[in-house]
Amino acid sequence: MSVLPLQGRPANPRVGLFVTCLVDLMRPSVGFAAVKLLEDAGCIVDVPVQTCCGQPAYNSGDRGTTRDLAMQVIDAFHGYDYVVAPSGSCAGTIRVHYPELFEEDPNWRAKADALAARTYELTSFLVDVLGVTRVDASFDGPVTYHDSCSGLRELGVQTQPRRLLGSVEGLSLVEMKDSDVCCGFGGTFAVKYSDISGAIVDAKARNVEEAHAPTLLAGDLGCLMNMAGKLTRDGRPIQVRHVAEVLAGMTDEPPIGVAKAPAVK
Amino acid sequence: MTVHSTSPQFKQNAARALNDDQLQKALGNVKQGFIDKRQMAAAKLPEFEALRDAARDIKNHTLEHLDLYLEAYEEKVRSSGGHVHFARNADEARDIILGICRDAGAKTVTKGKSMISEEIGINHHLEANGIRPVETDLGEYIIQLRGELPSHIIAPAVHLNATQVEEDFRRVHTHLDAKRDLSEPVQLLTEARAVLRERFLAADVGITGANFLVAETGTSIIVTNEGNGDLTQILPKTHIVLASIEKLVPTLEDASQLLRVLARSATGQEMSVYTTFSTGPRRSADADGPENYHVVILDNGRSSMLGTSFEEMLRCIRCGACMNHCPVYHAVGGHAYGWVYPGPMGAVLTPSLIGVDKAGHLPNASTFCGRCESVCPVRIPLPKLMRHWREREFERHLTPATVRSGLQLWGFFARRPALYRFATRAAMGVLALAGRQRGRFAWLPMARGWTKYRDFPAPQGETFQARWKRERQGARA
Repeated sequence: MSVLPLQGRPANPRVGLFVTCLVDLMRPSVGFAAVKLLEDAGCIVDVPVQTCCGQPAYNSGDRGTTRDLAMQVIDAFHGYDYVVAPSGSCAGTIRVHYPELFEEDPNWRAKADALAARTYELTSFLVDVLGVTRVDASFDGPVTYHDSCSGLRELGVQTQPRRLLGSVEGLSLVEMKDSDVCCGFGGTFAVKYSDISGAIVDAKARNVEEAHAPTLLAGDLGCLMNMAGKLTRDGRPIQVRHVAEVLAGMTDEPPIGVAKAPAVK
Repeated sequence: MTVHSTSPQFKQNAARALNDDQLQKALGNVKQGFIDKRQMAAAKLPEFEALRDAARDIKNHTLEHLDLYLEAYEEKVRSSGGHVHFARNADEARDIILGICRDAGAKTVTKGKSMISEEIGINHHLEANGIRPVETDLGEYIIQLRGELPSHIIAPAVHLNATQVEEDFRRVHTHLDAKRDLSEPVQLLTEARAVLRERFLAADVGITGANFLVAETGTSIIVTNEGNGDLTQILPKTHIVLASIEKLVPTLEDASQLLRVLARSATGQEMSVYTTFSTGPRRSADADGPENYHVVILDNGRSSMLGTSFEEMLRCIRCGACMNHCPVYHAVGGHAYGWVYPGPMGAVLTPSLIGVDKAGHLPNASTFCGRCESVCPVRIPLPKLMRHWREREFERHLTPATVRSGLQLWGFFARRPALYRFATRAAMGVLALAGRQRGRFAWLPMARGWTKYRDFPAPQGETFQARWKRERQGARA
């Protein structure tokens, strides 16, 4: 199966949401924002039972576990027109790396290729596949946007989120210096080489602050948790959210790393 | 035996580097200097991306037929009156070079910049045998005075500031007026030039590296910006070219294609100031040149990379773009990597040359941000090759036990979706409750590496899959 071109795609494509393990566990509101964006664009969204794309094992050199998890994902998502993830990193794993896992297994390689060709990062799917040019949302004030590495360099996600953000009423985008430079997360890198990771996220936090936007957005929850954790630790009052939350107009939940305000009685 | 490695202590090296204020200041120059210049040079050349493809293809073709091109090159050098020596390892290369120097009765040897000479530790070997090696590249000269290794493959002293160089010059150049003014960088340059001029004239042997060895003509090519390479190879009676096997290219045309991406990727120059071709010793009609011309070609583990996934690493033309764009290199500098080659290219090459058991940290200390691959002029998939090293380590049980058992536990749940859903639902519920007050954790057991520098955001509570099931599937049923 190949990629469906813009003209030939079904009017109401069936999309399997790959919610990603971090969104599933840490910030489900991002997943629901993704569902809203997809449904608003005419998709029929389903969420098959899932765990993780396998990236932590893959990047730790554990090819066996990675392959097991990849097969699990390939099976779970095989019936959908498209697979969409609110993450460039997880979508990149499926799209770029799954086929590499089965180089010596033509049967699974074909399945991996088929899944890879149908898998997209959320904003790139909305813009590049569905042709969405604007979203129905408003947001008050300036935001700055961090380009997560895998999305940017493996999938070419750069203009798509910016284009959609440009259609959000009341929102202005202020570019930070080095928005395309890594935040230092790198999955297990942040824990294994915490000193280096700490120095890299420190440089990122300075660039975020110097953009003078009260809100920081990005498309990957790993990077967002890293940057939010650094900003709150340093007492920098910058609100951090996944870009899908703003695009869907679903910003009722407190920003990442911030407690819910106590209910007014 | 090659030069001593502190790669096993990478973490300690990195921690020291991060706390070195002077180094951190100097590293700022790497970030500022190289990146914009490369970007501008690439943008000015419409065919730059196509040239990168061509460069990759030239190197791939050469590596596929490396034996043939090595033989052809050797034949051409011999027929032009030069000598070719093949060295299987660093020991052999050192002995060959020492032998040539002894035959020449050498007391002083001048050296152009050569990473291979660092790899085999030739300076130390010559000194131990009563021969004085003199580095003539300014950066190399400075670090030789300091007894250091280069911290960058094209900017060896990039970790230093001008005031440190001034101190070194005052310490070593004691024959000069102690009250001289060295406050301006140009004064340092002038002084080094004057000191080195005497060494050039006194040298008995000149050793240079090579950026390319051309099989078609038996020519070695070096690119420099200071002209020191020319003086090193022209003035002494004996010229030794020291290069590794992957420097071969088939033709001059191939070399010129590679030259078009090399300087642009390295310093953002269209071409380096000097591009010097040398083919054999001085001929009777030549105005100058050495009487004896030797080429020492080093393997040192490279031929065992051929035919493996690491063969792609042998395309490297040593421009340094990968380290110039690496956030890890920017944070810790080159010395932390603990051997000759730093940055992403070092993270792949070093385990091949000194063993992954010693250099295992290097391919792990990467966020896989992919910026190195995105600028590599010969399109080496550096993150992929680092991952291959991680896979070798995992297979050989070199991965730390904590990481292994953590992965095993996580893998156990991730392979069992129903159990995973149940367990994560419970865990996230507890974690959300515990983090409810502040919305984050300043400390978490099992995540101290994380919480040392940043808070851990608390989860919202109910997992996505639990809520989806409750709201959507429950509603549908």
